[in-house]
Amino acid sequence: MPYLVHSPEDRSAMLETIGVGSMNELLVDIPQSLRLESLQLPDGLSEFETMAQISALANRNKVFPDRLTFRGGGIYRRFIPAAVAAVTSKPEFYTAYTPYQPEASQGTLQAIFEFQTLIAELTGLDVANASLYDGATAVAEAAMMAHIHTGRNEVIVSGYVHPEYVQVLRAFGEGRGIKVRKDGEPNKKTAAVIFQQPDFLGLLVDARALTAAAHDAGALAIACVDPISLAILAPPGEYEADIAVGEGQQLGLSPSFGGPHVGFIACKRDLVRKLPGRLVGTAYDAAGRRGYVLALAAREQHIRRERATSNICTNHSLCALAAAVYLTYMGPYGLRHIAEVSFKRAHALAERLAALPGWELAFPERQFLNEFPIRVPKAPAVMRKLGRKGILGGLDVSRWFRELKGVVTFACTEVNDARALDELVAALES
Amino acid sequence: MSEPLSFELSRPAVDPPRLPDAEVAGPAPADVLPPDALRARPPGLPRLSEPEIMRHYSRMASLNYSISENFYPLGSCTMKYNPVANEVAAALPGFAGLHPYQDEESVQGALELMWRLEQALCAIVGVDRVTLQPAAGAHGEWTALRMIRAYQHSRGEARTEVLVPDSAHGTNPASAALSGFQVVEVKSGGDGRISLADLESKLSPRTSALMLTNPNTLGLFEREILDIAELVHSTGAMLYYDGANLNAFMGICRPGDMGFDAVHMNLHKTFTTPHGGGGPGAGPVGVKTELVPFLPSPTVERTNGHLTFDHKRPQSIGRVRSFYGNFGMLVRAYTYILAMGGDGLSQASQDAVLSANYLRKLVEGDLEMPHDGPCMHEFVASAHDLTTRNGVRALDIAKALLDRDFYAPTVYFPLVVPEAIMVEPTETESKATLDAFARAVKDIVAEARTNPQSLHEEPRKTPVGRLDEVTAARRINAYLQGQSQDPVLRWKAPSEKPS
Repeated sequence: MPYLVHSPEDRSAMLETIGVGSMNELLVDIPQSLRLESLQLPDGLSEFETMAQISALANRNKVFPDRLTFRGGGIYRRFIPAAVAAVTSKPEFYTAYTPYQPEASQGTLQAIFEFQTLIAELTGLDVANASLYDGATAVAEAAMMAHIHTGRNEVIVSGYVHPEYVQVLRAFGEGRGIKVRKDGEPNKKTAAVIFQQPDFLGLLVDARALTAAAHDAGALAIACVDPISLAILAPPGEYEADIAVGEGQQLGLSPSFGGPHVGFIACKRDLVRKLPGRLVGTAYDAAGRRGYVLALAAREQHIRRERATSNICTNHSLCALAAAVYLTYMGPYGLRHIAEVSFKRAHALAERLAALPGWELAFPERQFLNEFPIRVPKAPAVMRKLGRKGILGGLDVSRWFRELKGVVTFACTEVNDARALDELVAALES
Repeated sequence: MSEPLSFELSRPAVDPPRLPDAEVAGPAPADVLPPDALRARPPGLPRLSEPEIMRHYSRMASLNYSISENFYPLGSCTMKYNPVANEVAAALPGFAGLHPYQDEESVQGALELMWRLEQALCAIVGVDRVTLQPAAGAHGEWTALRMIRAYQHSRGEARTEVLVPDSAHGTNPASAALSGFQVVEVKSGGDGRISLADLESKLSPRTSALMLTNPNTLGLFEREILDIAELVHSTGAMLYYDGANLNAFMGICRPGDMGFDAVHMNLHKTFTTPHGGGGPGAGPVGVKTELVPFLPSPTVERTNGHLTFDHKRPQSIGRVRSFYGNFGMLVRAYTYILAMGGDGLSQASQDAVLSANYLRKLVEGDLEMPHDGPCMHEFVASAHDLTTRNGVRALDIAKALLDRDFYAPTVYFPLVVPEAIMVEPTETESKATLDAFARAVKDIVAEARTNPQSLHEEPRKTPVGRLDEVTAARRINAYLQGQSQDPVLRWKAPSEKPS
């Protein structure tokens, strides 16, 4: 059988050493009424047959080429350097356990330490953790931090924050007694103001004003940011947001139907003790050699149990490693370059789409980076038509926001070359 | 052996990678955005060429122990072989290239896989439906408790307490507390199993649920599970199953049949998705009929072979993660289940139990066994005697094993056994490996008796020796209190660090 190592002779010898006559003697503690004859599952397959079945399922999906994908909404097609998969597919990384034994886990720990530094540098904040599950749970964990820090029970979600992030925030908040309010002025009940920069529609918000308003009410400001945008936009640390969170999928991870990806969270120095999840720090051995260890573990569930402020046990180490390789590959100027290329292409596309009959920018007075909302006549039919032509068109956001009927967001990155833009426009004109 | 940080290797003269140009006429950010929206100086990312990057990470990889090279006898963690076919499956463009907001018509294969995985998990643990959304075990625990709470609320019941055995993993009480419950601890009896008398005294109309894993954290099957279930249900409370120990009994028995109402599973333990140095994992939760309306939204539904997401679930606890969970991990787990089949999974669990009992037998002369066997897929030994006589702790034995090319057993819990050494060999380690491990334990115990000081200095062969975590914590405290500018939790350029 696949992946099993004992031969029948091994099994007999082992039973003999144990001093029992059969497997059943080892299972005596299980009440007879609970014992199964067998599992109601088909028998196993050879690798060849397994992969044939798996490939058949994969082939029932339609995969749109990178260059003809204009749909974003939190997950984006980006160029992924070959170096990323070459590193994450090293068995020393992907088959390693959580680094509880630091002497045997220095590779993983150093990668996380680099990731923490990279995120702190990008966000302009003091400290970042080892990563979280995704952008949505990062928002929810940040809200929890604010709740504990301020002792207040309400968070305000300002503007168009990713609707699924808000749904997760609500589900988390219910268990923890945190009320989620949509828009409105912060007051003395407000633990935090949460905004997304750029927002779910791709538009820039006035992060400075939102942060200042939160602080005026004694609340924290939580900025949910796009990591690549931070190559050109002022980082949250500069406008004095207290916590920055976000989704790291764009940093070297394929869309993969929504996961696994990586959430990140960074904060100011005075909030570090409230950070959820793992943190890696430097430490030295008796010979004076520098190494890396899990730090501040006393915050965590395995020590504090029911008094812990988060139940997070794991992080998304391997995805954080991918992000670290990606950011190191790009460097400061590579990252800025792709952010600028994406910006230019999105602006060129916006101009061309807005010139189509009946199409108009939904918020013409607002600035955007590489994703923008546009009103599209008969949007569903138009997107279906594009799909038939092998183009994954924009995202119809009216499914979440009734007031945005007919509004579709289009995203552009460095993978949507100039000809791809031509093909999209031609398909819409035909 | 050590590797500098990428930041220390960085050289300002390195060119950025070659990347596509815009090829279109369009404004630059500085042309249209207000100046105060722009970043004043580029982020402090390292600048390295690709050859340097590859060597950097290859060297770091060589500093890790991993299941590909080492035996991980890590109790409660089920570190088994990660089949390479799983990796190939998850990387197929038909899965890895899917955008989560594609039309359902264009992702029927992905939905079919999720549906089939759900059916397989239902069959393995004996439940009616499964959500695949939770990203990790602790996330699954919390999701299950939220569902139980919502169900009880819907019946007008205000139950406020969750019972957790004293041997439970720390995530159990933390998840319960964060779901809005008070945690009440239930004691273990002398035989290492839950004390029915103590359970009975803690159960009340306030009890919402009992969180249990079976076999329990000591690797012992709770023989009285049917009585426990009846007792819990008789007060109107529910029974939650922590799936950490599912590898013990696939095809042998099922938590659903034992009376559990909600069952979480770790795909990264039982179903071979790699641990990745600490995630990503996946923590699906299975439930019996009465909890089905409360499953996270969306669920996958199948009608006449056509698959859809159902978002219209008025009683759902909502969404616990963006999109549909860690889909790539679901592909890996399903690939494994297909390859193993019902017969293979049953044999895997039997071999896991056999290996644990075999290894227990081999080391029982060297380490104390606080509880009688047989065990299930893992056992907990104790180094208490070595500690009192020779000053050698479980942690010292763990570190000494590292020098003998084995990863360490779990020594941080369960808290109910002093100097616990929790060992879970899994079905993918050969008899020869188990024999070698037992010899290593014997050698270490002999060394502990004769030369304990030497053991305190191990490991010696690892890239670094024992790291001084106490001083590290002190340095972090100094930073957090504003007495130092060295954050310890990140690298800072020397110029930014006042000496």
